[in-house]
Amino acid sequence: MIEVQQVTKRYGKFTALDDISFSIGKGEIVAFLGPNGAGKTTTMRIITGFMPPTAGTARIAGYDCLESPMEVKRHIGYLPETPPLYLELTVEEYLTFVGRIKGLHPEPLTSRMKTIMEQTGLSEVQGRVIGHLSRGYRQRVGLAQALLHNPPVLILDEPTTGLDPNQIIEIRDLIKSLAGSHTIILSTHLLAEATAICQRVIIIHKGKIVAVDTPEHLSARLQQSETLSLTIKRSYAGLAEELGRLPGVLTVTTGPSHNTYILETKMGVDIRDEVTKFIVSREVGLLEIKAQPLTLEDAFKVLTKETSLNPAESHPLQEK
Amino acid sequence: MLNPVQTIIAKELRSYFVSPVVYVIGAIFLAMVGLLAYSTVASASNQALRLMQIQNTYAQLNLNELLFRPLFRSMNLILIIVIPLLTMRLFAEERKLRTFELLLTSPIGVNEIVSGKYMSVLIIYSGMLSLTALIPLTLAAYATFDWRPIYLGYVALLLQGGLMLGIGLFASALTENQIIAAFLSFGMILALWMVGALSTAIGDTSLGHLLSYISFTEHFERLIRGLLNLKDILYYLSGMALMWFAAHQVVDSYRWK
Repeated sequence: MIEVQQVTKRYGKFTALDDISFSIGKGEIVAFLGPNGAGKTTTMRIITGFMPPTAGTARIAGYDCLESPMEVKRHIGYLPETPPLYLELTVEEYLTFVGRIKGLHPEPLTSRMKTIMEQTGLSEVQGRVIGHLSRGYRQRVGLAQALLHNPPVLILDEPTTGLDPNQIIEIRDLIKSLAGSHTIILSTHLLAEATAICQRVIIIHKGKIVAVDTPEHLSARLQQSETLSLTIKRSYAGLAEELGRLPGVLTVTTGPSHNTYILETKMGVDIRDEVTKFIVSREVGLLEIKAQPLTLEDAFKVLTKETSLNPAESHPLQEK
Repeated sequence: MLNPVQTIIAKELRSYFVSPVVYVIGAIFLAMVGLLAYSTVASASNQALRLMQIQNTYAQLNLNELLFRPLFRSMNLILIIVIPLLTMRLFAEERKLRTFELLLTSPIGVNEIVSGKYMSVLIIYSGMLSLTALIPLTLAAYATFDWRPIYLGYVALLLQGGLMLGIGLFASALTENQIIAAFLSFGMILALWMVGALSTAIGDTSLGHLLSYISFTEHFERLIRGLLNLKDILYYLSGMALMWFAAHQVVDSYRWK
């Protein structure tokens, strides 16, 4: 459904995208994962035909984004990073306008608007002026706009930013429910979001594709070790070395404050119990012990530098 | 079923009328024209009185020359200020609010977007202009004058406004800042006007003729004198087409940036 071949995009001397290629099948949900400035938005803008690539080709449903932009535009629904809203119009007026420029006829448009407003939870605010709506509602209007003409391909640039946790779950469920009938690309900088909704994750970093995999494989690849964070009350000389000698501990580093220790442990071995017993036996006052979730930053470190996972190359802290 | 251009026009008119923009601009325009009309009428009747005292007879005054021509010239001047305020938001606002991304990723052509926006301001301007027709209509109850220069004066104002709106459309496409867009169009219109003044200074040379052709002053002047020349109409229409094309090219180039 979506084919991107050797696409490069340069802004002057800056290379935003460097020779990226991927393809997405019909009905798939794929996440673009990457930090800000990785090239997610640029890639999406090229796929939508909003901007042409410097080199390479992008195709949607067999139509080239440069050669047949009109066909491409008919096949996509696009939610940009900033939802494109006319703040002076009401939700209803806005969606009517969008439906018309997307080429919907009046009768199907009315029924389609009703369905979409129900799906996105906008029915109760349909008569209100968009400028008076909260951020969460505006995001929903943006999403409704992308879904309105029932396009086979949906391109959603960070669809859940600015929403509260309940809304995030609602929108994620909505996106999941569209899978199968729609091909969806969404971008996010949350690893958890990508794993929660998508069948495949494309990780981009500095304009290059770092990894393409299923969320399961990716997690397995990333989580070859687990991290424990430990905070004690009284400092204790040599605690780091002693912790390092515990079975299952790979490395020990001091955390953000002096009395915080970060322990990297072997995958699948839960040693919280042993560590707790050890700390209690030293009577330094255990304040907190918790398993740290894998953050996107860690993921990038891992994926851009796989070797750092090798315990032989990491450097255990030498506390005085 | 509205076609894409009509859809854009409907949306633009809606946006203009739900915000105070049109009301404020319309009020300023009509108030200024009304005030000028009043003072022109006052000075015209003064002149008539003086002539009567000198000649001691009832002088048959040419109201077209004494009243309407100066009024049309003043209206032209007011447009230089009013039109940039009307057109400044056309594209600048869309770019600022990122709604342009919606338009450019919808199956609708750049020419349709530009035409729709141009026509929407032409409609609003025509509406404003038609309200000023109350002035000659009221005066017709008290005086007699030749209607032909009045009709042609309105044609001239319509074309003159159309050209300025085109310049404003183009200027608005150049920037995402509305204030800069307003100053740009103001500057361009003013430049076009000054070219006319320069041509009179240069005089009867080929450069002078060229400059006077480029400026709107002479074309406008001929029309309000009641002279209908195809080349004056063509001047305005080609200027409007040129501005449409320039705006189109700028909008089309957004995607390459």
